[in-house]
Amino acid sequence: MLSPSSDYTWLHALVGGVLIGLGSLLAAAASGKIPGISGMFSRILRPRAGDTTWRLVFFVGLLAGAALAFAFVDASNDYISNLPPLATIFAGALVGFGTRLGGGCTSGHGVCGLGLGSKSSFVATLTFMAAATLVVFLLRHTALGGLVS
Amino acid sequence: MIARFAVILVAGALFGAGLAISGMTNPARVLGFLDLTGAWDPSLVFVMAGAVVTFGCGMLILRTRRRGAGWFGSRLPTRDRDPVDRRLLVGALIFGAGWGLAGFCPGPAIANLVDFRTDAFLFVPAMAAGMLLARLGFHCE
Repeated sequence: MLSPSSDYTWLHALVGGVLIGLGSLLAAAASGKIPGISGMFSRILRPRAGDTTWRLVFFVGLLAGAALAFAFVDASNDYISNLPPLATIFAGALVGFGTRLGGGCTSGHGVCGLGLGSKSSFVATLTFMAAATLVVFLLRHTALGGLVS
Repeated sequence: MIARFAVILVAGALFGAGLAISGMTNPARVLGFLDLTGAWDPSLVFVMAGAVVTFGCGMLILRTRRRGAGWFGSRLPTRDRDPVDRRLLVGALIFGAGWGLAGFCPGPAIANLVDFRTDAFLFVPAMAAGMLLARLGFHCE
């Protein structure tokens, strides 16, 4: 189905995680906001004078940083997705809707919220991890997997 | 404000590079992490631990040394004290379901646009539509 590459180690995970934390830290200190990806992205969809440019700048940086890493670090983003297009679109809609209703995603609740010791972020993180784990279980280890393969 | 934008540009670049290097952009790895009863891949524990500890300790140090002041005239954001209500729980459940289905959360999906991934080009506009639906129907920011 999907195959991760073998030259990746836990050190890639740790270094990448520290970079994600550093990026979040700089963005928080420079903006005064909790820089969750879903919140920054959704607020760009409704631009407001004086509060949109910095979010756009962050995403320009994000795309540039990712492009550099894809090009020069052997992190091997070499997956092959065979999820049907409609399922991918459905998943995107769920993620967009759910992150806004729940007030954050893996970065806003998971990284920033947990890092600041927020109780609601802790509960949200446990909840979305549990839901994701359950969905993966159902799709990989029960007959429901036939729906998306 | 050029300096402020420069810092935020660097912040975004660190974040994007971190996503790619950590393997978060690879849904095969993310789904392997979420597959507790299969061949569990624990590497994303290191991603989360590295990110949470770096951000948490960094904020603590900045807050102590600068008495809550951020840079460029801002105040450092504080922990949000939102209630744990039905909206938070239902939203997190729906987000988690989508994450488990595709292996993409928002940041990695966006980062995969520069790797010219077809699935990212399907996922990101759908994600934007889901966000607009949450705003129009449920007054979410």
